Formats: sequence, C-alpha cells, structure tokens
Amino acid sequence: MTVPTDLDARFRAAAAAEGLLDVATAVHETPIGPLLLAVTPAGLCKIAFDADADAEEERLARRHGARILRSPKAVDPVRRELDDYFEGRRRDFDVRLDLRSVGDFGRAVLDELARVPYGSTTTYGALAARAGRPRAARAVGTVMNRNPVPIVLPCHRVVGSSGSLVGYGGGLDRKQALLRLEGVSL
Amino acid sequence: MPPFERFYAEVGGEIFAFLARRLGRARAEDAFQETFLRALRAYPRLEHGRHLRAWAYTIASRVAIDAARADARVAIPADEPVATDSRPAYAELEHLAAELPPTERAAVVLRYGYDLDYADIGAALGSSAEAARQAASSGVRRLRRKELHA
Repeated sequence: MTVPTDLDARFRAAAAAEGLLDVATAVHETPIGPLLLAVTPAGLCKIAFDADADAEEERLARRHGARILRSPKAVDPVRRELDDYFEGRRRDFDVRLDLRSVGDFGRAVLDELARVPYGSTTTYGALAARAGRPRAARAVGTVMNRNPVPIVLPCHRVVGSSGSLVGYGGGLDRKQALLRLEGVSL
Repeated sequence: MPPFERFYAEVGGEIFAFLARRLGRARAEDAFQETFLRALRAYPRLEHGRHLRAWAYTIASRVAIDAARADARVAIPADEPVATDSRPAYAELEHLAAELPPTERAAVVLRYGYDLDYADIGAALGSSAEAARQAASSGVRRLRRKELHA
C-alpha cells in the first residue's frame, strides 16, 4: 500500500513545522531545469543542478544530521524568491544562508561575490583582489566551482579577464542563460 | 544512520497499511502522522540503523494502542471510575526483554506487548511469519531460562 498523497504531504509539512528536521529539501522546476534545494534551520545550504537526490541527501545527512526529509513547504520562501528572480521581478535574494560547509577563504570570497550587482560581471582576479588575495584568481575559481548556493550567490557573474565565460558548475549554457536573463550582453 | 527520507520512503507504505488494518483507514491517517513524528523525535538518539523496520512497527503499535485508549476514554460515561493500569504490557515487556538478541526481542515485544500477529511481525522483521513465530518462541524460552536462574 502506498501512503495517500495528501497524507504524505501533510506529514512532510508537519515535520518541518514542528522543527524536527535537520534538513528540508525540495526539487524546484525553473527555466534552467530542476534545482534541488536544501534548507537547514540556519538557512539555505544547497542548490544543486542535475542532482541525484538520493546521493545528495546522503551527503547532506552526513554534514547536517540524518533528519532530512523532502518537505517542499519548508522550502517555499526560497522557491518564491527563485520564481521572482526568473520572472525578472527580483534582483537580490533575502533568504538566510547556511554556509557552515565553506572554509574561511571561501567565505571571504563568497561575501565579496554577494556584492557583485545584478546585471553586471566581474573577473576571478578582481574578486580575488577584493577578498584580499590578489594573486589567488585560480583559488577563487575553485571557490566558485564549489559554491553551495549558485544563483543566490551569483557565481554566474564571474567571468575570465578576456571576457570569456570560462566555466560553470551547472554548465556554460546555464551561465549564459542567467546572464542573458539579467540583461548582460554576451 | 541512513537519511530519514530513505527510512520513511522504505517503510511508510507498509506502516500505513498496518495502521489501516488495526484502526481502520480513516483513523490510520492521524496515527500515521503521529508515528513518523515520534520517529523523527527519537531518530537522533538511535545508535545505528540496523533494526529500523521493527522499530517503526513498535512505534506504530504504541500509537495504535494510544489511539484505541483515547477512544475508550471518550466512550466511558463521566460518572464511572476510569480504570488505569500503571504500567502497560508493552512497557513491562520491553524492560524484561531488553537483554534478548534484537530479533527475538522485537518478536517478543511485538507479539506479547503489542499483540501483533505473526504476519505483521514477519513484515516488521523482514522475514516470514514462521520465522517470526520461531523468534518469538525462542525469545520466550530464553526469558524463562533467565527467570529460572535469577
């Protein structure tokens, strides 16, 4: 026997509402494909492209605790902000972030990344300089590659010094799509 | 411990079926939610994930008993004294059976503490009804021997 759909949804919502989850997850459809979203009590901790949900949940459980459950309602604030962003109604994100998985240098770089304005681009070198390590462009590239919350922390706005797109965790097509959405001419 | 999502996906359907058999489908819904909320509360205290299915049946059985009790209380007229037994059967048994090997312990507690039939206990243990019966009776024999030597 399978659990009735509405009962299943009610349980998943109640689990989050009672504060019993270490991590709530949801898969959210967007114009650039489905995104796996994960939220802890501290904030949004993961946005993953093309995620294998089971494998991702294993990783999240090891890092944040085993009480992990798909609970779309708990992730609603993030989903709404993403919808607004993709429909051009939002330029900055307000959701709280849980970046405990990121090291000190990574945090410094991501803090600077968060300040790169909507609709503009910067370079790996410039970001490294602003994070206080002007020669660490390559390390900044690694931080971008491991950015746990792409889109919300806009690593798609970081390009090579020649203006080439260089790379993107979700694939260059998506980087291009995000920049076009923000009105950047490529 | 496996992610709770995986545990829930694996046992949710059969626990709902089990509760529906015990309580009827309508009342099974609240009991189902209560079962898995209790499981979530207790999950961080589990030391390993080896007997999760039997554990889920134990919680569901307790929830079903609580639900039946709550109904009984509602049915008793207010001027009649309500009988309360201090320690329910399952609590007594869980205590007594604490030192049995895990499978026997689960079988004994589910059979004599929660009154599950062997088909359900087999489901809880991931074995046949016959294997569940054997585990329960070997557990009972072991308890008797322990009692004799105590």
